[in-house]
Amino acid sequence: MAEEKPNLRWEAEKGLLKKNPVFVILLGLCPFLAISKSVEDAIGMTLAFGFVLLGTCLVTSLIRRWVPRDVRIPMFVVIIASFVTITELIVRAYSPTLREHLGIFLPLITVNCIVLGRVEAFSSKRSVLESLADAIGMTAGFGLAIISISFIRELLGTGGIKFFGYSFTIFGQPASGFLLSPGGFLVMGGILALLKKLGVI
Amino acid sequence: MENLLSILLFNLLINNIVLTRFIGLCSYFGISRNLRNSTMMGLAVTFVATSSSLVTWFVNHYLLTPFGIQYMRIVAFILVIASFVQLVEIIMRKTMPKFYAAFGIYLPLITVNCAILAVNLINFDENYSLAASLVNGLATALGYTIAIVLLAGIRERLSYEDLPRSFRDVPVAFIVAGLLALAFQGFAGIGG
Repeated sequence: MAEEKPNLRWEAEKGLLKKNPVFVILLGLCPFLAISKSVEDAIGMTLAFGFVLLGTCLVTSLIRRWVPRDVRIPMFVVIIASFVTITELIVRAYSPTLREHLGIFLPLITVNCIVLGRVEAFSSKRSVLESLADAIGMTAGFGLAIISISFIRELLGTGGIKFFGYSFTIFGQPASGFLLSPGGFLVMGGILALLKKLGVI
Repeated sequence: MENLLSILLFNLLINNIVLTRFIGLCSYFGISRNLRNSTMMGLAVTFVATSSSLVTWFVNHYLLTPFGIQYMRIVAFILVIASFVQLVEIIMRKTMPKFYAAFGIYLPLITVNCAILAVNLINFDENYSLAASLVNGLATALGYTIAIVLLAGIRERLSYEDLPRSFRDVPVAFIVAGLLALAFQGFAGIGG
């Protein structure tokens, strides 16, 4: 037991920076760039993504001994798709606005490379606790990345931040181009270059 | 007829799947270092997107809608795509070994290419007819091909340039994609 604790902690922490799924491994870019127009939506996306990732990692880790190697990918994909369906129904029931904002990117979590990547590389081979720690770390890493980029884009694109009813306006003449697709790519390029310069990735 | 033409133009240029809608980005940045590989990937995506549009249309109209289980569409479509890719791989290996050697490694990757699932989900959401679904699949995937070939061509040249160290490789690819997206914004007015 004394051995396990630091181990779990490492599995949970590595997703945040060392192996950040978005900035370092460059996976899961579609929702990352598309939903990063506002901080609120980014938080919603992180929650939906986290639910799918935790659920999938839990199940695949539980059944890992009974999965034949040859058909593992189709099995994993079906498990992921089931969790996405559950998430979609829950979001549609409790927050129709979020459902509208996430649009097609909610069902597209199914083919999010981070989820399949973690299942294939980690949770299908490790114990339940380790897989859950890994999933929490990866969700935190994804959340950190998407919330930070959406903060920059919303601030520059609308001149302020809107956050659950509260809104702060920092400057009056926003550059709304940052909300369009070119802005997303450019901000991401800038962030990656900055992180590289600082030696984080 | 006019409707089909507008779907074609809309998805090919105006609402390009990669540059405007942010779909299919992992492979877009993952394999666009090399022009030949990008072209191959684009063609493979085009083939699978068009033909899976056909299959999912029948799945939708003869399986999901009659039984009222449209909420199962994600599971159904991803299964169709996964098995379809597997089938194409087997047929190709037996009948066109030369083609398979060139295409082979890109086919499994396509299962998790979000562009394919997105095309099928859009067909479903927009309630397209069979012809419209096929045109949408073809046009969207060709839009993906155009975008990835453009980026790969630029990246190939950029790899010989003396860029600042921190911008090399991936960061500059995002900047280039941003500029391409900016150029594609120019199509926005066409067709109303």
